[in-house]
Amino acid sequence: MRILRYGREALLVELAGLGEVTGLHRALSEALPPGVAELVPAARTLLVTYDPAATTHDAVAAVVRGTDVTAATAGRGPLVELPVTYDGPDLEEVARLAGLPADEVARRHAAAEYAVAFCGFAPGFAYLTGGDPALRVPRRSTPRTTVPAGAVGLADEFTGVYPRPSPGGWQLLGTTGAPLWDADRDPPALLAPGTRVRFVP
Amino acid sequence: MIEVLAPGPLTTVQDLGRPGYAHLGVGRSGAADRGSLRLANRLVGNPEAAACLEVTLGGLEVRFAVAATVALTGAPCPVTAGGRAGSVNGPLGVRAGDRLVLGTPGRGLRTYLAVRGGIDVPPVLGSRSTDLLSGLGPGPVAAGDRLRIGGDAHGQPTVDHAPVPVLPGALVLRVLPGPRDDWVTAAARERFVSAEYTVSPQSNRIGVRFDGPALERAGAAELPSEGMVRGAVQVPPDGRPVLFLADHPVTGGYPVIGVVEPGDTDLAAQARPGQSVSFRWGRTLWR
Repeated sequence: MRILRYGREALLVELAGLGEVTGLHRALSEALPPGVAELVPAARTLLVTYDPAATTHDAVAAVVRGTDVTAATAGRGPLVELPVTYDGPDLEEVARLAGLPADEVARRHAAAEYAVAFCGFAPGFAYLTGGDPALRVPRRSTPRTTVPAGAVGLADEFTGVYPRPSPGGWQLLGTTGAPLWDADRDPPALLAPGTRVRFVP
Repeated sequence: MIEVLAPGPLTTVQDLGRPGYAHLGVGRSGAADRGSLRLANRLVGNPEAAACLEVTLGGLEVRFAVAATVALTGAPCPVTAGGRAGSVNGPLGVRAGDRLVLGTPGRGLRTYLAVRGGIDVPPVLGSRSTDLLSGLGPGPVAAGDRLRIGGDAHGQPTVDHAPVPVLPGALVLRVLPGPRDDWVTAAARERFVSAEYTVSPQSNRIGVRFDGPALERAGAAELPSEGMVRGAVQVPPDGRPVLFLADHPVTGGYPVIGVVEPGDTDLAAQARPGQSVSFRWGRTLWR
């Protein structure tokens, strides 16, 4: 673990990997240290923002250092099942890259249990980990200018679902009708960090 | 009720934003110049976080259906209310039927119009702010919009005029180094605080882009995306720094070499395209 200064109101915790990020995020969100405002997990880091009128860098850093980041494993969060139809325009391309038949790509994608590592890119866009390593494929070399809402995609070690129409470069495997984002719902995002996810064909 | 006759180049509803949702991919948004929004609200007896109109480069024209007390802060612009000239940084009485007309500011970019009671549009996730990146909140203000006045006032205006420093012509921004200042070369770190940059016309509420000398990366490695903050100075592949403002993305994959002091970020939000800006490493006596 390495703690980096990040201006007057934040610090950045560098961790060994996603497991530690999830562990630290979960531990800190269960008992938010005094003065801490937001926790933003990402692939290798946790951003901690705080109110400098209420606490100090050193106080927040001390709490972070004293937190066990190894105890938590993905899998304790609630389970969300997303109905999916494997009809995506990149299914054949993913099959070619993976060296598998298209129906086997769909079977393996639906067989895994995923966990939300972090969110970003757009409100409610969750980066899901835990997929079959054989389905690890790069982004499309040319992003699409519009990806429809509900599109289920793959990129690198992640799978994800576009909450609303947007540009995007992920390889699209299928479609879900699940409402991923609703600002009038509490919480507004269906998938939050730690949530477990299964795709159900 | 306020009827919008002309919005000018860009007018949005802003308050102090929607903190607490960054882990779901939702940035804070809110006023680009937070200090000016707070002041405008104080001048009319509103809570500091009440919703105002953020007017970019003037040009706003509205008609008040009812009498109101308003205040303008931030970029100082000529103003008339019912044909009478008014002044900025103090409460201003508007009569029922009056047109309030904002000219183009002589300095600065964003003028805040507070109305006693606040602008009452439906809040989204606890905020009335328009987030131009995520699309949350109301759309930009358009001609023909009718904006309700809320009941958010909690006191009487107590001052006639707030003394406010004149916005500087040449801006110097103090930057605290890190977290990724070691991702550019030592020469680039030195150049960053010795060169003069110019505000690019590509700037917006997401960030201020700068034209000027490029900052070279120290290596070819790719940085995994990580959390971003307001005031962060990011170095994209073309080497020209970007300073993140209110609607910045919650995560980003380019190294942040420093974070502009919060008050200086308010000043940066007032920098106009073409204006000259330089950076100084700030006081690093951390607390």
